[in-house]
Amino acid sequence: MADLPGLLRGAVADERLALARLLTAIENDAPGLRELLPQLFAAGRGGHLVGITGPPGSGKSTLVNALTDEWRRRGQRVGIVAVDPSSPYTGGAIMGDRIRMMAHAADRDVFMRSMASRGELGGIAAATWMAAAALDAAGYDPILIETVGAGQSEIEIARLAETTVVVEVPEMGDEVQAIKAGLLEVADLLVVNKGDRPGADLAARHLRAMLSTAGGRIGRKPPPIMLTTATSGEGVAALADAIEAHRSVARSPQEAPARARNQVRRALAELALRRASQHRAWDSTLQSVSDGELDPFMAAERLLGEDDMA
Amino acid sequence: MDDDRSTPIRVLIAKPGLDGHDRGAKVLARGLRDEGFEVIYTGLRQTPEMIVDAAEQEDVDVIGMSILSGAHMALLPRVVELSRSRGMDDVLIAAGGIIPDADVAKLKAAGIGEIFGPGTSIGQIAGYFREHARRRA
Repeated sequence: MADLPGLLRGAVADERLALARLLTAIENDAPGLRELLPQLFAAGRGGHLVGITGPPGSGKSTLVNALTDEWRRRGQRVGIVAVDPSSPYTGGAIMGDRIRMMAHAADRDVFMRSMASRGELGGIAAATWMAAAALDAAGYDPILIETVGAGQSEIEIARLAETTVVVEVPEMGDEVQAIKAGLLEVADLLVVNKGDRPGADLAARHLRAMLSTAGGRIGRKPPPIMLTTATSGEGVAALADAIEAHRSVARSPQEAPARARNQVRRALAELALRRASQHRAWDSTLQSVSDGELDPFMAAERLLGEDDMA
Repeated sequence: MDDDRSTPIRVLIAKPGLDGHDRGAKVLARGLRDEGFEVIYTGLRQTPEMIVDAAEQEDVDVIGMSILSGAHMALLPRVVELSRSRGMDDVLIAAGGIIPDADVAKLKAAGIGEIFGPGTSIGQIAGYFREHARRRA
């Protein structure tokens, strides 16, 4: 069994292999991890947690690389967790986010880790969050979490961040796409990437127009909309500034409680699922639901109750 | 076989040197995914330093390198050397591509676990990784 407190000490002392192995322990939910969590979070240094999400092919990885260039120029140490989906059939995954990042591979002040989502029970949102905490403890700031914005769990991951950046492309569709609920609503900053393509300005204008008329019950200001060309670096410095400026907003008395609620909700869901799936009656309860003898809510009730087979 | 492993094996697939294409490496990456591996693909034109740095950050179980250019004797032993110097003693390192028989024994002596030539099936490579990748707690 790995010596987790030792790995944490090593990570805090900037030993990269120790940090890498701590991240593996987090990913695998290794024995002893739960006991380490208070120390892990207490070791945090207040790094800015930034989520970057958007549809496949919108240029997230290229943008993360360009932002990393920019932050390195500013003397900051950048931590990155890139999450890619696991195959629901084989459990395998291909993680290609490094392809765009290899220029930083040998830079000791950039640490990038690829994580596969490993299915719902794997608790990827919580694991990503703990991984970001480990990078924070090791002194990286900002810490970027990159996910494909393709499903609810990716949105969940993005929402654990202090600042959520949603990356779109000019070809995202007509105005109706912009008023659909979901991804755009969780954005603190909205980026139209591939700004050198025809129609980029128009797409940004459409988004601005649609989002500025939103209101009603949402009760928050529409996010700034930025135009970038990640491949050339155009607009990237301005985006880095906007992310930086959002740090204090995210930590303000107005915004911080909403994030705390998201975090506790996520921790609660994680803990409840974990506890329930270790219940001795897990399999038999699932079977009862599948046989139609028990409804899912009663099942959940039972699995959250005492582990008592009597 | 590896029945006690509950988590997927993590493999870094890299192309050291100046090869012009990575068709084979991509086919392998995809095939290993379908075999249930977690594959981190790094793309073309990597130096040994870049490969080892990536492997360290990713804490992979296996480094798999594909090389066609003929520079294998210069590049592959260097990856082994750098890995060991970083304390990554238990990472399995394997290679594939166009490598003359005469060099295979030398590469193995230098710490490359296995060399897979043309015609190797993905199943063979997957089986070899499962058998020889390090175990974790």
